[in-house]
Amino acid sequence: MSEQQASTLKDLDAVRAMIRRHKLNDYIFAIVGLLALMVGLLTLLTLFIDLVMDGYTRFNAGFFTEFPSRRAAHAGLLSAWVGSLLVMLVTAVTAVPLGVAAGVYLEEYAPKNWFSDIIEINVTNLAGVPSIIYGLLALGLFVYILDLGQSILTAGLTLALLILPVVIVATRESIRAIPVHIREAAYAVGATKWQVVSDHILHYSFGGILTGIIIGMARALGETAPVITIGALTFIAFLPPSPIGAEPPYLNFEWLSAGFTVLPIQMFNWLSRPDHAFHVNAAATGVVIIVVTLLMNGTAIWLRYRIRKNIKW
Amino acid sequence: MQPNNAPIKAEARNLNFYYNGGHKALKGVNLPIYEKKITALIGPSGCGKSTFLRCFNRMHDLYPGNQYEGQIVMHPDNTNILAKGVDPIEVRMRISMVFQKPNPFPKSIYENVAYGLRVRGETNKRDMDNKVEQALRGAALWDEVKDRLNEVAFNLSGGQQQRLCIARALATDPEIMLFDEPTSALDPIATASIEELMSELKDKVTILVVTHNMQQAARISDYTAYMYLGELIEFDDTDIMFTKPSRRETEDYITGKFG
Repeated sequence: MSEQQASTLKDLDAVRAMIRRHKLNDYIFAIVGLLALMVGLLTLLTLFIDLVMDGYTRFNAGFFTEFPSRRAAHAGLLSAWVGSLLVMLVTAVTAVPLGVAAGVYLEEYAPKNWFSDIIEINVTNLAGVPSIIYGLLALGLFVYILDLGQSILTAGLTLALLILPVVIVATRESIRAIPVHIREAAYAVGATKWQVVSDHILHYSFGGILTGIIIGMARALGETAPVITIGALTFIAFLPPSPIGAEPPYLNFEWLSAGFTVLPIQMFNWLSRPDHAFHVNAAATGVVIIVVTLLMNGTAIWLRYRIRKNIKW
Repeated sequence: MQPNNAPIKAEARNLNFYYNGGHKALKGVNLPIYEKKITALIGPSGCGKSTFLRCFNRMHDLYPGNQYEGQIVMHPDNTNILAKGVDPIEVRMRISMVFQKPNPFPKSIYENVAYGLRVRGETNKRDMDNKVEQALRGAALWDEVKDRLNEVAFNLSGGQQQRLCIARALATDPEIMLFDEPTSALDPIATASIEELMSELKDKVTILVVTHNMQQAARISDYTAYMYLGELIEFDDTDIMFTKPSRRETEDYITGKFG
C-alpha cells in the first residue's frame, strides 16, 4: 500500500514538472506576442508624439480659421478642413446607399452560382486595389468623360468608389452574423424577402454596418493619392459656395462643382516647401488627421458596443 | 387500421424530398393529419421527421436546390401546397411554425406577436392590440407580460420565450401549427407548461409536432407516426402505437431496444 502511494507521488512530481515545462511555452509566446503588438503600437505612438512636438506651436484657433498663406505663421487649415468635410459628405451620400444595397443583395437576393461567386471574389479584391488606380479611373471617367471637373463632386465620388468594398464587406459580414433561426422565424410568419430585409436584417445588422461605414470614411479622410490624381488644388484661399443659403431654396449645390483641397493634400503641400516653418504646419495637420481618424474609429467601436448590447442571440 | 373519427385537415401523398446535392431524405411518405388533433412524429435522429415537418411550410424553399416530389394536400380546399404555382408565402400564411430553440425577434414582446399581423396588412391599432392580447392569452403568457409589453423579448426566461413564439405563431389564426421539438431546449417545468399549452391549443388548431422524446409523444398526441431513414414505418392512434404496435421496428424503438 505504501509502495503504491510512493509511486503515485513520484508520478505526480513528474506530471508537475511536465506541466511546468509546457507552461514555459505559454510565457514565451505571451512575451513574443506582446513584443509584436508593441512594435506596431509604439511606432505609431512615437510618430504621433513626434508630430505633436513638431507642430504644437500651431494649435490655436487661427490655425482652423485662416486660409493658407505665404507666411507660415499665418497659414491655416480653413479651406482644407471645409474641403474634407464636403468631400466626405459626398462620399457618404454615395457610398452608403450603394454599399449597403450591394451587400444586402449579395447576401439575401443573389442566386448562389458561378456568376455571384465571381462578383464576390471581385468585391473582396477591390478592397486591395491601390488607391492611385482609383484616382486614374476617376480622372478618366469623372473628369474627362463625364466632365464633372476637378471638383468636390469628383473627389467625393472617387473616394466613394474607394471605400465601397469596405462598406459592402462590412454589410455582408454583419448580415451573416444574424443567426439562421431568427431569419427562419421571420419567413415562417409569412414575410416576403423584402419584409425580412427591411423589418429584421437591416435593424439587426445596423451596428456592424455603421461601424464599417465609419471605418471606411476614416480611410477616405486620409487618402491623398487619388485626390491628387484628379487634380485637387494645393493652394486655395477661398471657400466653396455655402451649401445652405439664407434665402429660398435654402439649399444650393454649386459647391459640388467648386475647386477644393483636403487635409492630407494641404499637409503634403506644406511638407514639400523648402521653408522649415511650413513643416511645422504640416506636422500640426498630421496631428489633426490622426486625431480625427482615431475619434472616428473610437466612435465606431462605441456604437457597435452600444447597439450590440441590446441584441443577444 | 386508421381510425376515422376526425376529418382530415391535410395529407401527405407519396412525398419524396431531396436535399440540394441529391440526398433523398423522404421516401414515399403517406400520412393524414387529422383536424384539431395532435399528430406526433417520432424516430431516431436523422430519420427525416424535421425534414418532413418543414415541408408543410415550405421552409426548404429558403435554400437553393431542394426538391419536393409528391403532394401535401390541404383540406377542405384541396390545394396541393407543394405545387409550383403555390407561393410558399401563401402556405406560411396558413401554416405557422414553432422552432426547436426559442427564437423571438430582438424586438419588444408586443412587436414579436404583432409581426405576423403586420405582415398580413393589419394597421388598425385597436384590432392589433386585441389580437396580440388574445394570442398571448392563448399562449398562457398574458398575465406574466401584460405590464411589460414594450420590453425586449430577450428579458423573458427560456420557457416564456418559447410561449412567446407560440403566441407569435398563434396570432395569425393558422389552420395548422408545426412544432419542431419545441421543448428540447427547455427545463422540465417549462416543458410541462408547453405540453399543457399544446393540449389546450388543439381545440382551436391542428397540430403537427416533431419530438425525440417518446414520453412526450405518448403524453400529448392523439396520433403518432414513427419514421426511420426517411420512411414512414407506422402510423396509428397514439394509444395503439405505444401499447401494441403492429410493426416490429416500431416496437423496438418504443421499448428502447433501438435508437
